[in-house]
Amino acid sequence: MSGAEVAGKLQPTAVTRRGRLVNLRGFAGSLAIAVVALGLLIAVSYLVGEYRDEQLARGAFYFAAILGLTVVMGYGGKISLGHGALMAVGAYTVALLVADEHWPLAGAIAASAVVAAFVGLILGAAASRLHGPYLAGATLTFAVALPQLGNRFPETLGGENGLTINPPAPPGFLGANFPPERWYAWVAGIGAAVVLFFVLNFKRSVYGLLLRACRDDEVAAALAGIPVGRIQTFGFMVSAACAGVAGGLLTVVLQLAQPGAFPLELSLSLFAVAVIGGLGSLWGAVWGAALIVLLPNWSHDVANSLSLSGNVAYSMPLLIYGVLLTVAMLVWPSGIQGALRRVGRLGRRFASERLIRKQPLTEQGSS
Amino acid sequence: MSKKSAWLLAVAAGGLIAAGCGSSSSSSGSTVGITPTSITFGTHQPLTGPAAPGYSEIAPASEAYFKWVNAHGGVYGRSINLIVKNDEYNPTETVNVVHQLVLQEHVFGIFEGLGTPTHTKVVGFLNAEKAPDLFVASGCPCWENGVEHPWTFGWQPNYTIEGKILGQYIDQHFAGKKVGVLYQDDDFGKGGLAGIKDEVPAKDIVSEQPYVPGTTTLAPQISAIKSAGAEILVDFTVPIYTAIGQLTSFTLSYHPQLMVSSVGIDPHTVASLLQTISKGKASGTGLIEGAIAIDYLPSATETSNPWIQLFMKIHNEYEPGTPFDGNTVYGMSTAYTLVQALKAAGKNLTREKIVKVIEEQGATWKGPGLVPFAYSKTDHAGYIGGEIGKIEGGKLVLTGPPLVTQPTAGTPITPYTTPQEPPPPDGIPTN
Amino acid sequence: MTQFINLTLNGISNGAIYGIVALALVLIWRATRIVNFAQGAMLMLTTYLSSAMISGGAPYWVAVIGAVGCGLVIGAIVELVLIRRVENGPPLNAVIVTLGLLIFIEALAGMIWSSTPRSYPAAFSLQGYKVGSTTILFSPNDTFIVGMVAVVAALLGLLFTRTNLGLRLRAAAFAPEVARLLGVKVGRMFTLGWALAAGIGALAGVLVAPSTFLGPHTFDPILIFAFAAAVLGGLDSPLGALVGGLVVGLVLSYVSGYEGEALAPLAALAVLLLTLMARPTGLFSAAKERRV
Repeated sequence: MSGAEVAGKLQPTAVTRRGRLVNLRGFAGSLAIAVVALGLLIAVSYLVGEYRDEQLARGAFYFAAILGLTVVMGYGGKISLGHGALMAVGAYTVALLVADEHWPLAGAIAASAVVAAFVGLILGAAASRLHGPYLAGATLTFAVALPQLGNRFPETLGGENGLTINPPAPPGFLGANFPPERWYAWVAGIGAAVVLFFVLNFKRSVYGLLLRACRDDEVAAALAGIPVGRIQTFGFMVSAACAGVAGGLLTVVLQLAQPGAFPLELSLSLFAVAVIGGLGSLWGAVWGAALIVLLPNWSHDVANSLSLSGNVAYSMPLLIYGVLLTVAMLVWPSGIQGALRRVGRLGRRFASERLIRKQPLTEQGSS
Repeated sequence: MSKKSAWLLAVAAGGLIAAGCGSSSSSSGSTVGITPTSITFGTHQPLTGPAAPGYSEIAPASEAYFKWVNAHGGVYGRSINLIVKNDEYNPTETVNVVHQLVLQEHVFGIFEGLGTPTHTKVVGFLNAEKAPDLFVASGCPCWENGVEHPWTFGWQPNYTIEGKILGQYIDQHFAGKKVGVLYQDDDFGKGGLAGIKDEVPAKDIVSEQPYVPGTTTLAPQISAIKSAGAEILVDFTVPIYTAIGQLTSFTLSYHPQLMVSSVGIDPHTVASLLQTISKGKASGTGLIEGAIAIDYLPSATETSNPWIQLFMKIHNEYEPGTPFDGNTVYGMSTAYTLVQALKAAGKNLTREKIVKVIEEQGATWKGPGLVPFAYSKTDHAGYIGGEIGKIEGGKLVLTGPPLVTQPTAGTPITPYTTPQEPPPPDGIPTN
Repeated sequence: MTQFINLTLNGISNGAIYGIVALALVLIWRATRIVNFAQGAMLMLTTYLSSAMISGGAPYWVAVIGAVGCGLVIGAIVELVLIRRVENGPPLNAVIVTLGLLIFIEALAGMIWSSTPRSYPAAFSLQGYKVGSTTILFSPNDTFIVGMVAVVAALLGLLFTRTNLGLRLRAAAFAPEVARLLGVKVGRMFTLGWALAAGIGALAGVLVAPSTFLGPHTFDPILIFAFAAAVLGGLDSPLGALVGGLVVGLVLSYVSGYEGEALAPLAALAVLLLTLMARPTGLFSAAKERRV
């Protein structure tokens, strides 16, 4: 690149941008990204069989949950080991509204976001002053304690067996032979795309900026007049809403909401793949969702190929999973997305160095 | 391209697509998962995780029995394959693996799917797919409605039936004594409790204490039952919690008459957990000696029973080195029933046919069970009763007679007088 | 009334176990500023090894010492091989490494010893003490457990506050660069911290296994509540770990006894959140809040 081009790229955006709640140019950009992602999902859903459609559906709602973790951990700098329980909140909300009150799906999922945001408000307010391991301990206990409510109120919440909803039928205009699994993938995809849209806007909005400021240096942010506690609680609410929608989508895809579906392992898995995928980046959430859906099957396949038997065979997939988590963290400290970025930067530097070597040294007008 | 070749191409393409889908239909029904030399079933089991203890032994025992049958020529020349998938007792995973089994592995049907909270989430799918869902490993009444779920069949007795028979025993032998119930906080425990309440007068039940599996202590529950003055303690527990309960009772010097359901009494398992407490006493069963239990299969400790001898032989040949206990007997007995069904369905096996023969003939099949099956067009329940026994010298000694009843409140409990038949000479059903 | 006494005693004996595992967590935090999620799995492993020793004919006390010894070795190895690589990185990475280790160890235990739970002998009689005409829910073995926990906590406190080694351990954790400049072998201190913590955890395992039995996942709930206890008491304070353990044990016991088991963890959460709202770094924390 010539010097003029480089100078041209360094536009002083910070000075000219006014602190609008929603940056309009970003708004259209977020919409485009969400729509493209949804379009990709729909296209893929036609190319694969019913079982893969279901995996696609699960990947979509896990993506929404991991986006929530990206907000609170990536932008907010706070750890959450309780997002599985927040998904449970959303799941039970949808199950209760659809099965008992016969709400339409879209309304129920919107409600799940609201209810989960409310729970996030309580938890966030209580935990707003907590850091690091203290917050981890609180959210961990939350993850274990909340699903037990299902057992405490078995009449309304169904106890150990939980609640079920009728499988949502594809709308008539799609044809009589439209596979239900593909419809679930579409519903989950639409939900995830909406969450993606909101998170993208949140990131580009003032609140996203303030949240990152609180993450980077809480004292400086407080000195600058930012109400740190309130911003962080708001971030937690947004994150919880994402998880709530994810849980609601889980109920739609699997038609169930019960304590056994939200064990501690779910919260820990979401946390682990969010970090391994690459915290703070939205592509990281994509890798994380792919990991959480594909890794267990993959480790099962590897274990099967080893032709083991008995106890060794049963636990081998978990062994592989544990090893992979550890190794991934050791090899890619900034997550998969971080590693890809590094590769990308190396590639770009390599390419630009080749370009520089090819260019003559004298300046030209518009090169 | 001429019209004729285009037409041929279309037919060929259609045939390829149909073949590629992996399913085929004979004139009388679907033969998914069947080849001339094999038939493939799938199952979902908690092989790892907190629910795995004990239950993870069931599928290998079934597999051992199938290997025995296959070594003797299979059923009409077909080897029985069982694909076992781990769902860790998480219904999300159950849905995942069952969909995999049906949609990707194209199994003939699901056999012995384990767990109420897990299996209830796939019953709708399996019935919609018209895939046989045979002999669910759970005593929930969920599997009994042949009208609502025509493709699903239960196998083990409804938990309420066991509760009723235990309750009747209390009424007949311990009338007027105070009863405390320790039960698992799910279908199993609550079903058993409902059965007890059907037979024992409400004023005699002085304490009902649930526990959530995963807890590390039963002290609050046992202490409450003791404080209420219960002289009889009924356990609807899994073996590890039967043992923890007995340990806590021991600490409290509390020695009620113990009564345990079939799930929680396996003497081998409970004894090995309590062995170090009873250091110096005769065997590890010191703390459950004299307990009254109910069972519908011969106990793994009943080494004189010909069925147990058969199962031990198969066990030693195909899965040596693993424990031989109630779970092994369960797995092999269920497998035996499946082979009975396959034999009855005949050589031209289809999914529809196997459902039909269970409904029409299942109630007449004799096997290791002490009580009969209930199978009919509308009732898909399996065993409908049990037999009372007592722990003596570390073994469960059946005192009988076998009793049968219905889970509905108020239905009578009647003796079942047909004795258990010995197994066929090579251990393979002949029907 | 008997129920209340029994619930209190049960809370104390459970609380002691949560406390000693919390001590191990506090030790690792003070030594390396990392939360060890694999603590429960590590102590499960050492208890299995100890149980294998007993099956092999070793007497009880030898097996206990063996368990602690295995703990020391395993802790040191884990620190050297795994944790050393993530100690200087983002803290979240270390958490995930310990999570991966947790899954790995539990899978390994399932492979070697199967998921069938096994028993573990108790050091002393499990028969409760007789008070008047009733037997209470506290046995000589429970006295031993509470006693051991108190002794270990006291020793640990002494180590940190009265010995040079303790000073070096704290310095290595608090300001590694400065400590290095002053001649403290920081790496060795980290390894020692992990080894000690694993040894303490091993002791906790053999203390609690007689009443919970031993399986690959048995100690998972114990780790969770021990973590809550450590956080409640303040991750920098061994006394806090003990008090936290006691509080958590009692809350769980009372709520299970009077309300129902399903609500007990939620009650523990409420207590934890209320405490942390008032003191964000735990009850006995030394850290001061910087208010702006």
